[in-house]
Amino acid sequence: MPQSMPVLTQLTPELDSFIAEWRDKPGNLIMVLHKVQQVYRYIPRDVALTVSKKLDVPLAKIYGVMTFYHYFKLEKPGENQISVCMGTACYLKGGEDLLKEIERDIGIGVNATTADGKFSVQAVRCVGCCGLAPVMTVNGEVYGSLTASRIPEILAKYKK
Amino acid sequence: MKLKNYILVCGGTGCESSKADDIYRSFMKELKDQKVDGEAQVIKTGCFGFCEKGPIVKVLPDDSFYVHVKAEDAKEIVAEHIIKGRQVSRLLYKKSDEKIHTKIEDIDFYQKQVRVVLRNCGFIDPENINEYIARDGYLALEKALFEMKPDDVIKELEISGLRGRGGAGFPTWRKWSFSKGVPGDQKFIVCNADEGDPGAYMDRSTLEGDPHSVLEAMTIAGHTVGANRGFIYIRAEYPLAIHRLEIAIGQAKENGLLGDDILGSGFNFDIEIRLGAGAFVCGEETALLASIEGKRGMPVPRPPFPAVKGLWGKPTVINNVETWANIPVIIMKGGAWFAKIGTEKSKGTKVFALTGKIKNSGLIEVPMGITLREIIYEIGGGVPNGKKFKAVQTGGPSGGVITADYLDTPIDFDNLAKLGSIMGSGGMIVMDEDDCMVDVTKFYLEFTVDESCGKCSPCRVGGRQLYNHLEKITNGEGTEEDIRKMRLIGKAMQKASLCALGQTAPNPVISTLQYFESEYMAHIKERRCPAGKCKKMLRYSIVPEKCKGCGLCAKKCPAGCIKGEIKKPYVIDSVACVKCGACEEACKFKAVVKN
Repeated sequence: MPQSMPVLTQLTPELDSFIAEWRDKPGNLIMVLHKVQQVYRYIPRDVALTVSKKLDVPLAKIYGVMTFYHYFKLEKPGENQISVCMGTACYLKGGEDLLKEIERDIGIGVNATTADGKFSVQAVRCVGCCGLAPVMTVNGEVYGSLTASRIPEILAKYKK
Repeated sequence: MKLKNYILVCGGTGCESSKADDIYRSFMKELKDQKVDGEAQVIKTGCFGFCEKGPIVKVLPDDSFYVHVKAEDAKEIVAEHIIKGRQVSRLLYKKSDEKIHTKIEDIDFYQKQVRVVLRNCGFIDPENINEYIARDGYLALEKALFEMKPDDVIKELEISGLRGRGGAGFPTWRKWSFSKGVPGDQKFIVCNADEGDPGAYMDRSTLEGDPHSVLEAMTIAGHTVGANRGFIYIRAEYPLAIHRLEIAIGQAKENGLLGDDILGSGFNFDIEIRLGAGAFVCGEETALLASIEGKRGMPVPRPPFPAVKGLWGKPTVINNVETWANIPVIIMKGGAWFAKIGTEKSKGTKVFALTGKIKNSGLIEVPMGITLREIIYEIGGGVPNGKKFKAVQTGGPSGGVITADYLDTPIDFDNLAKLGSIMGSGGMIVMDEDDCMVDVTKFYLEFTVDESCGKCSPCRVGGRQLYNHLEKITNGEGTEEDIRKMRLIGKAMQKASLCALGQTAPNPVISTLQYFESEYMAHIKERRCPAGKCKKMLRYSIVPEKCKGCGLCAKKCPAGCIKGEIKKPYVIDSVACVKCGACEEACKFKAVVKN
């Protein structure tokens, strides 16, 4: 079948050397995808295509792996990542109310990004600090023992 | 100058989230500023367990236990405690009776605990191998390499009665002896650190607080079964644990405790970290191995078991973090010592993450055979806000609920199974009268539906159907036929699913139907949620006799559906009501009621 050769995206030197280091290790794909996401914050299609050539793994297989795992993102996330914990302890203590208040405040629900690209919202499984339930993180910063009424004040810090 | 004091700052995830790092730096600065940096050492340790009171700072040697510490408190602690030797009483742990508890041994939360797995958590700096070694670390490895034969190690594990702590409770020695018995020069050791159960963080805390214990145990296993490579499969969501493991592996290699020719024995063993990527099913061992191989984490039928045919088709010993952390102690103190702790068929201790509606939430380690009553009321301090205890959930999405009637059952693998729950990995979530069992069950099913890998239809289709029935019931549209169907589907899933995820996914449904059928019936027959949680069925109304007509509820109502005249009883338009509960919160006279 004739196939036009796509132009491969230039990867960052960091990513290039990581791929070189892992190329011959069995079971490398997930580790490489983690690195890609660490560099780009998500896995852009063109980068996945380059990875496919470099590791000699079909793009379809990469797509299969990416979509299987929740951790990998196919779309560019917002500048600020809001993660609301939906572990059992947080759920019982009102995690859903936090999500509702966030939606009221910035107008988006779970798995969405605001039109201006400022915020993305996701529900996560368990942040692992159940003693502080309910918990939300913004860009990794943990806010614990929350009530919905504190959400606007917290998000205001990131709106600037 | 000799060190007078040690200041231990909890660096577990809970406390770390509350700025433990700032507290640590603040202590370093204060010691310097107040010119006593030669008299005390600040150490950032793993989790102390008492997360409810975090951030926690412990001062040794007098064992002072400071709670809810802020970075700015460091100044006072250094000035008073370190320099003048006087405890800062306002920061010491107090019970509700306001009696000040100056020492850890006085604190109820710790009294019934027995620390085997968490022996070093909260005592040592996990980023410094010397502190692990100082607490007899790597002595078990030395013993296994030079004083014991591989069969002796397996024998010791058999005597100990150690069963896998990941959930199923399979005897550890048998896994090891299967792998050892398979001929072949390539075998693998795997640590399952893919702790995916929502509401559980035992393994995370162990790895963050004492990473070397896992490395040491894996190396012992490698020598015992004849493997030279090990993998730790850990959730990418645990950056701190990953970071500390990387440091620990590096330090173990530098010290000749990992790598080639360990301690001059001629034995080579290497450990690599592989990251999970947020798939609950990867806690299942065959799915986990597929994921290490870089594939979609889908399970395969067993047998063959991984112990015989695992990673890349080679014999693989796979144990979870807590199981590994027990092993160095068993080798050092002997299987018989370990077997003294616990019940007849469940030996040793179990770490639980005690969370939910409980006063002292945190990480606890208790001997097997302890009762739930002891855990919830003596360690946990009971249910807060004067609410009534309803149930405790163990085993997460694969487990079930245990009600007040069974609080005196000794906890072990078999008793929990008899009650229709499972030990699971150690999540223990306390629920009170405000929690709706149907709603909680729906929460778990939503989780398993989302996490089903889709390979086998009983799990993929059955889980979704269970969820649909639950949704119908919580929406107030359920019938008794839904209950009948859920029981039927549940049974089919238990029997026909490929892996443990699907086989156990109906457990929350079956267990809550067993103990709380009346609550399901209230939803179905009376269209009422007794806990007031299922919003679709909720009706807010105002009791005219109690209403003073202040109008506060109407002001707070976002839907503008409360009408009335000042000083006369107000009325809620239940059709327009969005059931947010703002009116109930606002009313000072408790005139707004649910249902």
